[in-house]
Amino acid sequence: MKKPGKERTKKNTEIAKIKRKSALFLAPSVIGVSLFFVLPFLVVIFYSVVNNPIQHKFVFLKNYINVWNNAAFRLAAGNTLKFSLIAVPLVVILSMVLAFALDASIPFKSQIRTLFLSPMMVPIASVVLIWQVLFHYNGVVNEFIKFFGGRQIDWFKSDYAQIVLVILFVWKNLGYNMILFMAAISNIPKEIVEVAQLERAKKWQIFLYIKTRYLSSTILFVTILSLINSFKVFREVYLLTGDYPYDSLYLLQHFMNNTFNSLDYQKLSAAAIIMSLVMIVIIGLLFIVENYYGKDLIE
Amino acid sequence: MKKKKKRKVGIVILTAILIFCAMIFVTPIIFTMCNSFMGSSEIKANYGMIFETTDSGAKTFIADKVNLKFIPDKVSFSQYITVLFKSPDYLLKFWNSMILVVPIVVLQLAVACLAAYGFTRYQGRVREIIFFAYIILMLMPYQVTLVPNFLVSKWLNILDTNWAIWLPGIFSPYAVFLLTKYMRRIPVSILEAAKIDGAGEWQIFKHVCMPLCKGALCSVAILIFIDFWNMVEQPLIMLADEQMHPLSVFLSKINAGEIGLAFAVATIYMVPTLLVFLYGEEYLVEGITYQGGLKG
Repeated sequence: MKKPGKERTKKNTEIAKIKRKSALFLAPSVIGVSLFFVLPFLVVIFYSVVNNPIQHKFVFLKNYINVWNNAAFRLAAGNTLKFSLIAVPLVVILSMVLAFALDASIPFKSQIRTLFLSPMMVPIASVVLIWQVLFHYNGVVNEFIKFFGGRQIDWFKSDYAQIVLVILFVWKNLGYNMILFMAAISNIPKEIVEVAQLERAKKWQIFLYIKTRYLSSTILFVTILSLINSFKVFREVYLLTGDYPYDSLYLLQHFMNNTFNSLDYQKLSAAAIIMSLVMIVIIGLLFIVENYYGKDLIE
Repeated sequence: MKKKKKRKVGIVILTAILIFCAMIFVTPIIFTMCNSFMGSSEIKANYGMIFETTDSGAKTFIADKVNLKFIPDKVSFSQYITVLFKSPDYLLKFWNSMILVVPIVVLQLAVACLAAYGFTRYQGRVREIIFFAYIILMLMPYQVTLVPNFLVSKWLNILDTNWAIWLPGIFSPYAVFLLTKYMRRIPVSILEAAKIDGAGEWQIFKHVCMPLCKGALCSVAILIFIDFWNMVEQPLIMLADEQMHPLSVFLSKINAGEIGLAFAVATIYMVPTLLVFLYGEEYLVEGITYQGGLKG
């Protein structure tokens, strides 16, 4: 008979060995991430509370207050927030609707999917020309509006500019999110839906009480993903309008670029930290909501 | 019977709507491609005024409104010939894009494979915390991560070189996250069986784990490639020298004089991603699907 104690210690040393050896696999990535992201981020935190990178005099929240009171930062933050608040829910809802529509037994399903996915593959820089042609003051969209008796709109130099941006954002991101939702929909347990149907549940009840709950973690993920992508919309703006866009298109990345150019580390650091805190709070809230809504599901 | 018929009509209408929307979605891409076969004078006549600058010497032939055309009046390859043979600037920028993107894709994938194996093989508390930190990092927008990246690049004295874009790109946690999620689905028993047969960790990684992840590697590679092929923020901040900028940034600086070439350049720039898409759509879709959720 073997001694159980000896067996266990043998197993423990075995696990410790795996632990040690597999840590080596982690090393390159962890070192790189620490060097390029984590350690400098600590320095960023440090810079955000001192008066300048040479004197290192502790000024506590002064830099934050400066950034917060900066008119350009406020404009940029406001515009980015406004854009995200409109574009993110819109793209989440539209892609979910689209995924449900494609879930029905329709012909040409995979071809339709491919077409919706294609905008994501095309570099923004390539299609920017077409958007300029479409939304130019004398462009196609305005011709269309005039045809129906409307007035021309100066799309890129008015408050309508954000609408163009939202359209571009939805166009670009819809396909990707649609795929995520399609995968999640196919994972909803069929038995539960069938039982509900037998119990004469109405379609909207099945949708609201069963399907959306099983989709809740995907909704969370798609929302977070779209949120991050909504911060990337600077690309489109930059390629469409250059360094100095119309006021309503001045985004946080524009603010950061200008601050990089002036090498104002204090402002830069404080702004980056404000943004990361806001991101963490938003994501945390989304997680809490999802946990509450999607709990006690049978997988 | 009646209900069934009603359902059929519903499906037909739904399909029609979906196909219509899908068509609208690809129109901008098709337009760009079709217009690349226009001669440069035709382009100037149709779209010249969008890019019209202060010098208005040759404005007479420009139409007073923008004409969007699907099919060129005269199919011509002159745009392509100019881009490919006569003005090397565009090809140079295309080459810049390649140089910036390919090493990132290859090395990010390599680093990520190793890390994902490390996260999969042993899941202790410390590792879970590190993994969680990776997720948080992954969720941070460029506006946040570019600041630390910039500082390091400055200290290492690699600003204004490709390294300033390569290195942060290579260590970006995105691929680690995706591959870990995939590898954790491989049954532990398979890896253990190899161990009992006497394989070391490196051998298990190389001969058991990697072959099982081939599909995942393809899809992650595609996702990284698209992401970096589109880059705009990083070069603007890291590379002051415009000669080093990739085509994605350079295309926006096309001015009135070169508008005739713009569509051809835009189309050439699309080609790599479209090829990747045509050959790897299934992988891409699979890759997107792994993400599923942030948990578990």
